Amino acid sequence: MKNSTKVERTSEREIVVTRTFDAPARLVFEAWSKPELFQRWWIPKTLGMSFVSCEADVRTGGSYHFVFRHPNFEQPMAFFGKYVEVVPHSRIVWTNEESGDGPVSTVTFEEQSGKTLLVLRERYPSKQALDDAIASGSVGTDAAPEQFEQLDELLGTLVSP
Amino acid sequence: MVQRHPTHLDAAFAAISDATRRGILERLGRADASISELAGQFRMTLTGMKKHVGVLEEAGLVTTEKVGRVRTCRLGEHRLDDEAAWIESYRQLWEARFDALDKVLEDLKREKHRERTRKSTRRRTRRRT
Repeated sequence: MKNSTKVERTSEREIVVTRTFDAPARLVFEAWSKPELFQRWWIPKTLGMSFVSCEADVRTGGSYHFVFRHPNFEQPMAFFGKYVEVVPHSRIVWTNEESGDGPVSTVTFEEQSGKTLLVLRERYPSKQALDDAIASGSVGTDAAPEQFEQLDELLGTLVSP
Repeated sequence: MVQRHPTHLDAAFAAISDATRRGILERLGRADASISELAGQFRMTLTGMKKHVGVLEEAGLVTTEKVGRVRTCRLGEHRLDDEAAWIESYRQLWEARFDALDKVLEDLKREKHRERTRKSTRRRTRRRT
C-alpha cells in the first residue's frame, strides 16, 4: 500500500504537502541530497520529461541548477536557486528563482519508529504571488500532463452556464 | 476563492475519474434529468445509474430531489474551481514524485542491508584467521 500524499493551502501564501515514508530520515535525506538519487524520482514519468543536467550542492549556502527537456519542446527548461539552510537528516530550505515571485520551500524529515514524516512547505512572498501561480495553472513543472488538460476541459464545461 | 476540505476534493476527483460519470455531468450541464432518463441514455440499469449518481452526489457534484416517484438530478453547488483544480494537480505532482521516491528508498534500504551483512561477514572471517 502506498502512503497518501496530502496537500493543503494553509494560509494566503502557503501550501503544505505531507507524506510518510517507510524508511529512516537519514535515507530520505540521502535520496533528496545526492543528485544521482534525486534524479531518479524528481520528474514524474507521466510528464515525459528527463534531466539534461542536475547539479545540486546540498549544503547551507550551496546552489542547484536543474535542466529538463521534453521531446515536444525545443527549448529545455531550467530550475535554479539556493539552499538557504541544510541540516543533515532533518531539514532543507531552498529558494526557487527561475520565476520572479517563486516560493521559499522548506522540507523537514521527522523520524518516528523507523518511519519518516515529511512535511514540505512552499511559502510565497505574497498572497498575490500564490494566486498568480494558481491562475497560471502551472504546478512548477510547466507542462501539465494530458490528463490534467482533459480535466481542465471538463471543468471548463462544468463551470460554463 | 473558496477553500474546500481535501477529502471533499479527493471524492470529487474520484467521482470524475470514470468516463460514464463525466458523461453524466456533461449531460446534466445541458439540462436536469431523472435517474431513469439517464439510465436510458447511458444504456444502463436503474441500479447501475443510481450508483453512479450516488458517487457524484457524495462528491457534491450533483444534487437529487425526489418528487413522487421520480428522482431528478441536477448539477451540484460544489463545482471544482481553479484553485481546487490547481491544488489537485500540485498534489498529483508530489504524489508521483513521492511514489518514485519510495522505490529509491527501497533500493537504498536493500543496499545498506547488503553492506551491513558484508561487513559482519568480514568481521567474522577476520576473527577466525
